[in-house]
Amino acid sequence: MLSRGGIFIIKIVAMKKYIVHLLLISTGFVFAQEIENDSLLAYQNLEEVIVVSKARFKNEKQYKPLSSVDEYLENSGKVSMIKRGNYAWEASLNNMLSERLSITIDGMQIFGACTDKMDPITSYVDISNLDKITVSSGQHGTQNGATIGGAIDLKIQKNSFGNEDLNIGIDTGYESNSSTKIASGELNYSNKKIVLNTDASYRKATNYYAGNNQEVLFSQYEKYNISSSLGFKTGNKSSITGSIIYDQANNVGYPALTMDVSLAKALISAVAYKIDSLNPIINTWETKAYYNTITHVMDDTKRPDVAIHMDMPGWSDTFGFYSKAQMQKNKHNLLFNLNGYYNKSLAEMTMYPNNQNENLMFMLTWPDVRTFYSGFYAEDHLKLKNNWSFLLNGRIGFQNATVANDFGLHSLQIFYPELKKTTTRILSSLSSKISKKVNNTTFTVGFGYGERAPSVTEAYGFYLYNSFDNYDYVGNPNLKNEKSFESNLGIQYKAKHFTLNTEASYFYIKDYIIGKTNPDLTQMTINADGVRIYTGLNYATIFNTSVKASYKIVPRFSVSGLLSYGLGKDHQGNNLPLIKPFSYRFDLHYKKDFWDSEISLNGSDSQNNFSSYYGENKTGAYTIVNLSSSYSFHFNQTKLFLKAGLENIFDKHYSTYSDWNNIPRPGRNLFINASYIIN
Amino acid sequence: MKILKFIIPLVAFSFFISCSEDDNNDDNAAINEVENLIKVQNIENDTHTIEVYTQSGVLMQGYNEITIRIKDKTTNEFVENATVSWTPMMHMTEMSHSCPKSEVTKVTGKQTIYSGYIIFQMPENQDEGWDLTFNYSIGGTDYQAVAVISVPMSPRQRVTTFMGADGVKYILALIAPQQPEVAVNDMTVGLYKMENMMSFPVVKNYTIALDPRMPSMGNHSSPNNEDLTYDDTIMLYNGKLSLTMTGYWKLNLKLLNANNELLKGEDVTETNESSSLYLELEF
Repeated sequence: MLSRGGIFIIKIVAMKKYIVHLLLISTGFVFAQEIENDSLLAYQNLEEVIVVSKARFKNEKQYKPLSSVDEYLENSGKVSMIKRGNYAWEASLNNMLSERLSITIDGMQIFGACTDKMDPITSYVDISNLDKITVSSGQHGTQNGATIGGAIDLKIQKNSFGNEDLNIGIDTGYESNSSTKIASGELNYSNKKIVLNTDASYRKATNYYAGNNQEVLFSQYEKYNISSSLGFKTGNKSSITGSIIYDQANNVGYPALTMDVSLAKALISAVAYKIDSLNPIINTWETKAYYNTITHVMDDTKRPDVAIHMDMPGWSDTFGFYSKAQMQKNKHNLLFNLNGYYNKSLAEMTMYPNNQNENLMFMLTWPDVRTFYSGFYAEDHLKLKNNWSFLLNGRIGFQNATVANDFGLHSLQIFYPELKKTTTRILSSLSSKISKKVNNTTFTVGFGYGERAPSVTEAYGFYLYNSFDNYDYVGNPNLKNEKSFESNLGIQYKAKHFTLNTEASYFYIKDYIIGKTNPDLTQMTINADGVRIYTGLNYATIFNTSVKASYKIVPRFSVSGLLSYGLGKDHQGNNLPLIKPFSYRFDLHYKKDFWDSEISLNGSDSQNNFSSYYGENKTGAYTIVNLSSSYSFHFNQTKLFLKAGLENIFDKHYSTYSDWNNIPRPGRNLFINASYIIN
Repeated sequence: MKILKFIIPLVAFSFFISCSEDDNNDDNAAINEVENLIKVQNIENDTHTIEVYTQSGVLMQGYNEITIRIKDKTTNEFVENATVSWTPMMHMTEMSHSCPKSEVTKVTGKQTIYSGYIIFQMPENQDEGWDLTFNYSIGGTDYQAVAVISVPMSPRQRVTTFMGADGVKYILALIAPQQPEVAVNDMTVGLYKMENMMSFPVVKNYTIALDPRMPSMGNHSSPNNEDLTYDDTIMLYNGKLSLTMTGYWKLNLKLLNANNELLKGEDVTETNESSSLYLELEF
């Protein structure tokens, strides 16, 4: 456990030495003298880091090395994934989805181009691009942007400048259930002047099979990804790094939806200038400019028997910058971030009448919305005497949204005759956390306030069909900012062989944005039930709690467990949708030399607090069992890492609360990963 | 001296330009007040050529905004002081009749053009067709010109003739929007009573209830439409029409008289897809 500029980390990987290494790589600066400072444990539950890369270089315990980013997130236990198919799952943190989260790639803002959330930005990176994923809860996640539920930052893999180091990795994987074939390769080089990271990956899956051999139609996908980053030392302490990711998915099926995706592609690029140890106070100062562009083409040409064929392409382009400085003076660890971005979101829908002589039916579902945001973030982490510590962070931002397309503006003026082209909002956030360590136990209590602006869909979406509740949704540009009052509590006990971590958070969210039926409106989509308009509820509350424990029985055997529960209610006591019911996971882990084996039990109680208004029903309880084992072979300069496992051993047919329209999850699946590393 | 070489031709040229402008004021033959219009046809007699223009260059069943100018065949100038009236006539095999129309009036602020509208309630066919007669007087002398005109069927129903519950035969025509948009459109219709074969007076102070639908897309409607009410200054009915997307829209209507009694049309429901009184548009 250690600190970097006031942010604290839970390690997933056990070895302290490794963590040190990881931090050196990722931030370039570590307060080495603080590594053993136990008071730093205080903020463990503030942030969770999911280690992605390098573990296999270091022979560490790791989840399937070639699983998707989505699987990594889900496996962390902190994040749940909403599934509309076998690809491009949507992250849920503290029982809140993308519009309430700040999801960034290396601090860069990037927004999906799909009006139906079929392309969460986590789908535009591959695990091979990443070093780690940082998950921050609630208002502690405002470093890169305004949020209510928290933040997920996907850190791109970058070597550090140092002694000459060249490594090449080749990975292949196979999953039996969906005949998924995965191949990836990487080449990393670094010396004192240059660092180069390059990787390419390819994945292809056919339909998967749920328990009892039930084929889930339209669940196939194909994806490839290429990424490269190149850095030069520009001085003793300064460096410049350019990075680029190109990601393209084709023929992606969404069994839970009425449409599929023929193309989803992203180009993500950035140039960063970084100064280390500028002076005794400023430890690092990084300034980055970035650009990303996404094209997303949704269609239903492969679906039989559709009432009407339609195409729904979308585009999202974002330009942005940030300038981030970490400072340290006396007891203060400070972090400042000045950032801004400009996003352009456009989406259209063309419907093809069955009578081919009729004109095409066309509408703009996102009316070319230009969002300009600029903001400033500051954080101070203060370490006091007697194992007390205190953290204060805040952000203020200005957001300006303009409907640039007159066709789209006029469309929305059908609903809102007074609608102006431009709206401006101010978004602020403030939060604090105090902790105190007594012997082996650390107590933490935190409070926060934060605001967010409505998303493009919530403010400007035009007749967007939601297959979950079977309603057409129309945005509402007059929505107030959503405001969250948050409190959280954590108790952590850590002894030599036993750790226990309990957390609870409570969000009181004023003007909570959600769709409400307007009975005066008629649905556009054939067979939909009506039209819902995004509305600010008086308030809603969300409560989350989890208990995590691990125990080392004997040196080679350890057990760990995780229990979690969530509850979400609106101001009238009705259940909110997509709230996690009581869920559990137990792992039994065995490690000897290069052997690593695990058996895990995963499950959930039935979803008793479901929301029928939003299309949910009582999803049943389930338990599944997974088994995996790995071995690393070491030769002189090379290493071969093999991992195989059986997921859902008993071929249980089940779906969870987070499966869109209750599409079943995969049945029994055998996976094999092989990684070959030349150092 | 060099400079003069340039200046002299320039001065001469500008003089020439200003002169030719003066010429135009005397002779209106060069004025073009039909720039954004397309000529449909000429209707001639011995003395004059009447040029008939519309936005699209054709006449069509339904409402037609028509602009004309009258050219004197001897002077080749456009007549600026004519008093014009027109009579469209449908010559059917059994009988002949006219249709609803406006007066022809000089366009305000213009020198050479006159305009008005005609609502052809039926199209031509192989055996039956329309002609258009102009009666006009210039400086006390009366003239007449007549020609056959082509009025093909409108691809969508822009005009409808029907019998009301009160036993009266009505003609209802879509006047605006001519260029529909995905927006709240100002909608205008004309409502006329067929008094006899030649007389189609405006019907005043009725209400026309509006329910636009898209039959190709689950027959869905749109929000914030406004029923059409009578505007005495233009002698037409105005309302608001919301179109949420491009394509084919069926404008289901109900005609109510001044006492709010239903004369024609039905509500659109799950079981009744369309009113018997409707207009159509496609864009």
